Formats: sequence, C-alpha cells, structure tokens
Amino acid sequence: MNATNDNRGLGWRAVQLVTVLVYIFMFAPILVVIVLSFNDSQFGGFPMTGFSFRWYAKLMENEAVLSAFQTSIWVAVLTAVICSVLGVAAAIALVRYEFPGKELVNTILIAPALVPETVLGVGLLLLMRWAHQPRTLWLLVLGHIMLALPYVVLVVQARLIGVRRVYEEAAMSLGANRFQTFREVTLPLLMPAIVASLLLVFTISFDNITASMFWRPSGVETMPTQILSMLKVSISPEINALGTLMIVVTVGLPLLGGGLARYLARSGR
Amino acid sequence: MSSADRRRPWLLLAPALVTLVVLMILPIGIMTVFSFYQFETAGVEKEVFTTENWREFFTDGFYHMFLWKTARVAAITAILCALLGYPPAYFIAMTGYKHKWLLLLLLIVPFWISFTIRTFSWIHILGEQGVINVLLMKAGIISEPLRMLYTEGAVIMGMIHFLLPYMILNVYVSIEGIDRNLISAARTLGCTAGQAFYEVVLPLSLPGLMAGLLLCFVLAAGSYVTPEILGSTRDALFGNIIFDTIMGQLNWPLGSTLSLVLLVMLGVIAAIYSRYMGLSRVFKGLGA
Repeated sequence: MNATNDNRGLGWRAVQLVTVLVYIFMFAPILVVIVLSFNDSQFGGFPMTGFSFRWYAKLMENEAVLSAFQTSIWVAVLTAVICSVLGVAAAIALVRYEFPGKELVNTILIAPALVPETVLGVGLLLLMRWAHQPRTLWLLVLGHIMLALPYVVLVVQARLIGVRRVYEEAAMSLGANRFQTFREVTLPLLMPAIVASLLLVFTISFDNITASMFWRPSGVETMPTQILSMLKVSISPEINALGTLMIVVTVGLPLLGGGLARYLARSGR
Repeated sequence: MSSADRRRPWLLLAPALVTLVVLMILPIGIMTVFSFYQFETAGVEKEVFTTENWREFFTDGFYHMFLWKTARVAAITAILCALLGYPPAYFIAMTGYKHKWLLLLLLIVPFWISFTIRTFSWIHILGEQGVINVLLMKAGIISEPLRMLYTEGAVIMGMIHFLLPYMILNVYVSIEGIDRNLISAARTLGCTAGQAFYEVVLPLSLPGLMAGLLLCFVLAAGSYVTPEILGSTRDALFGNIIFDTIMGQLNWPLGSTLSLVLLVMLGVIAAIYSRYMGLSRVFKGLGA
C-alpha cells in the first residue's frame, strides 16, 4: 500500500477529480428526473414553478400506465422464477460435475449476453412466424428467460464455487441421499445466490426494452415501452413521476433483497 | 462412474440448454433460411431461393453508410468510455478510503435503474428547456437555446452514460488483481509514480480495459433505443434500420439478412478479440 499511498501528487489529484466528475455524470441526470417529478409546472422541463404531488396523482388514474405496470410485474415474476430454476440447475452441473463438452455448454449458456439483443429479438419473432404461433405474453416471458439466463448462471456459479464440497460429502456419508443433501445442505447454502438471481432476473425483465419492442403482443405495452410511447407524444411531467416510481421499485427491491440475503446467510450459519 | 452419474449433469443442464437451443440457435438458423426467401409484399414472402436480399445489402450504399456509421459511433463511444472510465476504476482500486464499498455499490446502482429512464433523463439536461440551456440563458451567455438534443452527440452521450459502469467494473477488477508488491518494487528501483503507472499498472490492466472496450463496442453497436430517444431520424443506427425493416415494412427476408450482417460483424470482432484475449475475461466482467 505504501507505494500507492504516498502517491498523492498532481496525478492522483487529477484521478480524484475525474472520479468525482464521473460519479456526478452518472447520477445528476437521474436526480434531475426525481426533482422535476415534483414540479408543479405543466411542462416536463425547467423551470420549477412549485412543489406538487399532482403528477403522481394523475399517474394513478392513467389506465394505460397501470395496465403496463401489471403486465411488466407478471412477466418479470414468471421470468424470475423459471429462469432461476433453469439457471441454478445448470450452474450446479457446471460446477459440480466434469463432463465432455463443458466448454461448449458454458459458451452456449453465456452467449445470449453477447449476441446483440436486436438479433435475438428478430430471431425469436422469426421462430414464431416459422411455427405459425401468435405473439402472446408467453413470448415475452420466454424471451426474457433467454436474456437473463447467462447472468443467473454466472452469479450462481460464482457462489457455488465458494461452497465447499465437504459439506455435501459429509451429509452423504451420514446417510442422506442426493435429494436430501441438496435440500438440507446445498440449497440453504445457495439461498443468498438464489435470492440475488431472482432479483437480478426480475430487474432485467422489468427493465428490458430493446427486445421487448419486438416481442410484445400487438396492443400490449410493458412499462419501458409505455414510457417510450409516452415520450414520443411529449415530455410530460407524468413521465418524470413514473420514472421516479420505477427508480424506487428497481433500486429499493435489490437493496431490500441484499439485506435479506445477508440476513439469510447469517441465520443459515 | 455409473451411467446414472454420467447422465446427471446433462439432466441438470437439459432445461437451460434446450431453452437456448430452441430460442437462440434454432432462430439464427431460421434467420439464415429467411434471408434467402423472396419478399413479395409487406408481411408476405415466397419460400423460393433467391440471393436478392444479399445482393441488395451488398450493392445498396444506404446500408453500407449505416453500417459504417454504426461502427464509428460505437467505436467513439467505447473509446470515450475507456478514457472516462479508467481514472475512477484506478481510484477505487488504489484508494485507502474506508468507504470504498460505497463507491462500488454506486457503480452497480445504475444497473438497477431502468435503462429507458436513464436515457430519457438526458432530455432534461440537453433539451431546449434542459439544465444546460436554461443556465446558459440565465447567465446571458447565449440568447438562443443551443441545439444539443436530437443530435449524434446526444446519442453518444446517452450510450456512454449507460455503458460506463461496465467499463469501470472491468478495469477495476483487473487493477484490483495486480500484485501491489510489483508497484512497490518499481518504486524502490527508482521509478517515479508516473513511470510505475505506465510500466506496471497500465500494461497489467490492459486485459480488463480490452474486455471493457469489446463489451462497450458490442452493446453500443447493437443498440437502437438510445437513437430512438435522443437522436433525430438522421442519427439512426443499424439496429434502427433492422427494426424499421421488420416492424415497419414487414420485410422479413431483408430484415433477416440485415440481422445476420450485424451478428456476423460483431461476431468477427468478438472472435478476433477472443483469439488474443480469451472470452473468459468478458464473462468475468459480466458477472461482476
């Protein structure tokens, strides 16, 4: 550490300054949205003309927004549950077993994170067209599962590597069968990773817009596509209120979940 | 090993693998077939073999222009992300500040905030009624609002805003992994702080920097929502052309062709990268 800590010359000062500026760059626009959501003015931008909750009240009467919100929640919850089950099983196979073709399997599982979403979006639509299937909400769920799967596999894999195999071996040698071992030992140890993966998938699905623009059934809006279509009409102050609410949901949930995971990890010990 | 033991990993993998084979790999195959179908009229194509779609892509300068522009915009975005992202990553890795975890948490928080909201928040900064214009007009520096929104610059700004955390995390992970004794050794042997940085830290952090550049380039080149929100029609990227071709003109064969072009272009870049660096680095960055 000594070599770096007496490194407080001009260079280090510059690094410090850029760091502060970059953090401001990342958060200032978001803070502006939150501040403007309480603006009393008719228009979505500056100047502030007074403090008011009226755009939130108006939002609660907006049928389109409410139904988009419901759609997004349902899709995200289904996606989170199914995707986590698939991802946890795959991660266990990758960490706990040796088998031929592991490298290839790993690449396939991570691929959706690297293939452009536009291409995945077009591909899934073509599949539906080829199979003569209509676009339903299940298409959104399936698509979101594909998009989020790599992240679940990566997160659970990382956690599983940290869970030493001796615990499982101890349970087995004490007479537990494989299923009991999984339920009594592996699963509780994996709980923090599973909670983390559920929340991660939920946010990925709830946030997704690029691919969802292709997949949503005609006439159905998810939260992000609803915001986009509202933006096309005008920058109304309602959008700021909506944005603020979504920030509360998507930032609040993981923070809550992180606390929960820590609590579970502690009580599991 | 019994045969049941050998089957078990495949049983565990089957649901995930089948999902991805059906939803990702099969569709890319179908896409290839569709790119050789003949377009009749909106939403209708004939299942006969034709190379017309590919000929259209290779001969029409319109598509080359957009492909080139997309590559240029994505490259500018990735390089600016590297320049802006390196110092914070270095700071977080090297600082003795005890609330370092907070700086790291703040890097993750943007991933939780809706991409759509983060993107449109720039309208309030760059727009005619945005922070910059309102402040400059109040200060009397300008009399007419500057046109910053709905330009290529605004699109690049929006993409940097959403890609920067990826870059910082990738670089941070690789700087954090450098053995600090190497830096001390360089200093003891007479390097100045600056020399120690150029000779030791920078070369050893290159893999993280390259992973960040690849990730930023690929994600920027594939995006079409950012230009949709922050750009004018002139600032469309290749992704917007694909979206219009499929969802607007309902020209599935040509849309398939263009999607494959984007896939191959980014695939080649990722392949060149993995030839020299290995993709495992990028996976690490994604998992961070």
